Amino acid sequence: MNTELLGVIAMFVITVVLAIPFGKYIAKVYAGDKTLLDPVLGPLDKLLFKLTGVDEKREMTWKEHMFALLTINMVWYLLCTFVLMNQSWLPLNPDGNPNQTADLAFNTSISFVVNCNLQHYSGESGVSYLSQLFLMFLQFVSAGTGLAAAAIIFTALKNRTAEQLGNFWNLLVKSCTRILLPLSIVVATILAFNGTPMTFDGKDTVINMQGDSVQVSTGPVAAFTAIKHLGTNGGGFFGTNSAHPLENPNYLTNMVEMFSQLIVPFAMVFAFGYFLRRRKFGWMIFGVMTIGFLLLVIPTMIWEINGNPAIGKLGVDISSGAMEGKEVRFGSAASAFWSIATTVISTGSVNSMHDSAMPLSGMMQLLAMMTNAFYGGCGAGILNFFVFIVLAVFISGLMVGRTPELFGKKIEAREMKIAMIVALLHPLMILAGTALASAFPEITSANLNNPGFHGFSEMLYEYTSSAANNGSGFEGLGDNNLWWNITTGIVLIFSRFIPIIGPVAIAGLLAKKKFIPESAGTLPTDSATFGLMTLGVIVIIAALSFFPALTLGPIAEYFSF
Amino acid sequence: MKTNLMPAIRLTLATLVLFCVVYPGIVWAIAQLAPNSGKGEVIISGDKKYYANIGQVFTEDKYFNSRPSAVDYNSAGSGGSNKGPSNPEYLAVVQARIDTFLVHNPGVAKEDIPVEMVTASASGLDPHISEQAALIQAERIAQVRGISKTAITDLIGKNTEGALLGIFGPSSRVNVLKLNLALDALK
Repeated sequence: MNTELLGVIAMFVITVVLAIPFGKYIAKVYAGDKTLLDPVLGPLDKLLFKLTGVDEKREMTWKEHMFALLTINMVWYLLCTFVLMNQSWLPLNPDGNPNQTADLAFNTSISFVVNCNLQHYSGESGVSYLSQLFLMFLQFVSAGTGLAAAAIIFTALKNRTAEQLGNFWNLLVKSCTRILLPLSIVVATILAFNGTPMTFDGKDTVINMQGDSVQVSTGPVAAFTAIKHLGTNGGGFFGTNSAHPLENPNYLTNMVEMFSQLIVPFAMVFAFGYFLRRRKFGWMIFGVMTIGFLLLVIPTMIWEINGNPAIGKLGVDISSGAMEGKEVRFGSAASAFWSIATTVISTGSVNSMHDSAMPLSGMMQLLAMMTNAFYGGCGAGILNFFVFIVLAVFISGLMVGRTPELFGKKIEAREMKIAMIVALLHPLMILAGTALASAFPEITSANLNNPGFHGFSEMLYEYTSSAANNGSGFEGLGDNNLWWNITTGIVLIFSRFIPIIGPVAIAGLLAKKKFIPESAGTLPTDSATFGLMTLGVIVIIAALSFFPALTLGPIAEYFSF
Repeated sequence: MKTNLMPAIRLTLATLVLFCVVYPGIVWAIAQLAPNSGKGEVIISGDKKYYANIGQVFTEDKYFNSRPSAVDYNSAGSGGSNKGPSNPEYLAVVQARIDTFLVHNPGVAKEDIPVEMVTASASGLDPHISEQAALIQAERIAQVRGISKTAITDLIGKNTEGALLGIFGPSSRVNVLKLNLALDALK
């Protein structure tokens, strides 16, 4: 078999195999059980809580959890805006990069706080090393926020009848120190030994072989790149993210970076099963997500490997695939695989330019973010999928004429209303945003890098990426201006916090309800039938809401070839 | 709000120290053991220093040419063309690249030009071309330098990197910078 395909298969299989024990470990962390890393990390957590005087044992209701979450996110946002707007005179700015403008700082801060990392600047010129370090801090804690929110759901569904769902500060700190930090150090070490820089020196000047003088951007890249993937943040140190030869120097680092963005989302699904002591339920979710992922990734790989027929017509050899916007060291197969992995998960890091992908590959990347339910980002994947489970339980309950219930708790009108609001918010943000941008061509059309249908796709992609908190882009779009900074910033806020508050509220409401023991009349939620039902709900919601928009963009472009 | 604000601020400050100082500090310390103390892999040739992973612009006929780049290999930044696959302006650019390549390499058949030689990379700094892309330039290099073509193809063979562990990833590519350094060393 061809080595490019083998590389892709290896990346996927190795991650699944390691995600199973890691999921068990995560379940133990959230349950407060003993783990292998306790001797090292136990004292660290204790020290953090002792220094800050935070009581990590005080039990919270779901509302108290959400207040704590929103407060600390606000603090991060304000601090980040301050750093970005004052970076020119703050320390660690060897290249003398200027302050960010207010609208760009708004967009950048929001985008890193919500784990999206839409970047309307280029890392080489738009931020100082201090800002990079602060953004790296946000990559830890924003991922920790998502994981903590998912852990609240774990707790809520496990307790038989309870109001108290653990302590938010405890879940947040443990998500960062127990799950993200140890792996980050390992991954950063592998990257540093493979040529990714880890230095605080500024740009280096070299004379190239043809005699011209060029500057080379470097920085503390290894530490940044590790957490950017493990936290499914995706914000690149350099402008071209993991396509940059210093951020992703060879095929091994490409495999490691792919592994590190998949591992936590995979493991969280298994952790869900272990935590609830319903391992089959975990596998059901993983199965549905994997089917969805494969349906997106396999066609994309085929289209990218086959190459661009328009260039084929010019008479050159296109056997290496659609190489515009791709790097030779990764090849078209691994680049296509990455483009779907990074969009189903909310990473948004890229190792190829999505703007130059084949029209239908672009559609798959869009669909991956539109469905927003396969694997998903750190914690966010569980939150999004949970909404679809609630919908599927309700619909299938009605279909067979039983009271819809999940794990012994009745799902009633209130929970359904919340679930519907969350599920419909996503298409609303994407479609309303794109419609608005299309309605003002005098403002937006000058920002497009390509004419016709593809230009429309660039706008659709930007809002989809914002609403999915993904952060990748059709990067041809000139997005550092008032319109894009502000509109996408607003989409980012809504699309982050409502999909966190909604599912946690549902879980909190369910937790309070009386427990009804399972009986012969209970609809099993860990069966393949229920899995297919959930997949059906996801497909119907995504296809019905987005098909018209896709027709105007990638599908029209495909037929115009 | 009030009950949460102070804990939130204090926890933010403590975790800032952990993730902005301690964590990068640990990684930095480990990186001191890595090749070139974690400053990126460099090649020293005479009194000149090159970054092995950063592609350079090679347009002269005496060197193996690198891929087209949307940023002209200016490594102060990075960038791809972001041109859509059906964009007519873009396709005209590709056609012009094909024509230019054929002018500089008259013996080469169009269908032997691999697509990566006429398309821009994602980073604009791609250090590699495929082995085939190097081989079709051998004739030109041999003539310009007055070296036999077999010596050139041997050199390409020696500088070809295979798949990772022989089984993962693209199976034959050359680092253009390393190849050109070896070429200059040949004579």
